[in-house]
Amino acid sequence: MHELSIAHGIVDVAVGEARRLGAVRVSAVHVAVGRLSGIEAGALLFCYDIATAGTPLDGSRLVIEDVPISIYCKPCGSEKALPGVNRFRCPDCQTPSGDIRRGRELELTHLEVEQPDFTPLTQSAAS
Amino acid sequence: MSAPTVPLTATETRIVEVRAGILKKNDELARALRRRFEAAGVFVVNLVSSPGTGKTAFLERTLRELREQGLRVAALVGDLETDNDAQRLARSGAPARQINTHGRCHLEAEMIEAHLDDFAIDQLDVLFIENVGNLVCPASYDLGEAMRVALLSVTEGEDKPLKYPTMFNSADVAMITKVDLAEACEFDWEAARQSIESVRPGMTILSCSARKGTGMATWYAALETRRQGWRSTRRDVVV
Repeated sequence: MHELSIAHGIVDVAVGEARRLGAVRVSAVHVAVGRLSGIEAGALLFCYDIATAGTPLDGSRLVIEDVPISIYCKPCGSEKALPGVNRFRCPDCQTPSGDIRRGRELELTHLEVEQPDFTPLTQSAAS
Repeated sequence: MSAPTVPLTATETRIVEVRAGILKKNDELARALRRRFEAAGVFVVNLVSSPGTGKTAFLERTLRELREQGLRVAALVGDLETDNDAQRLARSGAPARQINTHGRCHLEAEMIEAHLDDFAIDQLDVLFIENVGNLVCPASYDLGEAMRVALLSVTEGEDKPLKYPTMFNSADVAMITKVDLAEACEFDWEAARQSIESVRPGMTILSCSARKGTGMATWYAALETRRQGWRSTRRDVVV
């Protein structure tokens, strides 16, 4: 199971980004996980709490976006989403295709952060 | 009218788009390794499979016979704890080093980098990396290799590629091993071909018995063709 390594990877990237953004707290981390990435969402969620313990991400939520596989089908001239992970054929015309356009993602997409509000309090009070 | 509300906290919650690869550190290191291998002129092959497919026997014979052909070869072998495999591989006469992952189920680019100083890589033609026996995790980690070979033994069943599509999809060549046992296992060649083709249309499929030597010459020829192709296209890199 390499989900723990992946969870540590998420912590590394998220902490760096949060620091860059000047965030005081990270409340949620959104990741896109392609079905060809080899990651099992349940295992990743389980490992996330372990990997974030004692880090600035402690207590944050992990939101996983499941990304289906898409291939490019030449005869149809378009990108097609596959219903599964082990049949690389156009679901419409049945032509085999190894031209994968989506489904390998393993990406941190969004952070929900609390940032210091630099707007002067008097001004926000007046608005 | 009541007085305007003054915010109690001086922070605000925002959703910020980031778009960063989770394996960024590994991927950047793998890219650097790939440039280093290209500069040194060493063709790197990553062997992946489940445990018990016969990777070590396959590699032991490959190292010995390629050495006899005059190629300068070496091996890095990943294992959770022991150095049994490196000892076996060293019998081939080629330099072999063990990487202990201490429980980690795959090799990562930094482990490769940490062991490269054990070899004079610019004196090598081919460096083989025997990954940890595992059909899931090694698929996610780029090691800077030029070629990935997924091994599948006849004793495992023809539908392994359908069960572990990511691994076969990320490899360049499928090598069916232990073919001397195919008849005893009633191995269905056509079913195996179809399951590989289903997850990776057009994939090169080879077969061998490392014990008997069957199919090894075809493997060396396929390896050499790819190495020559790589040599002609690799970027001119100045170290």
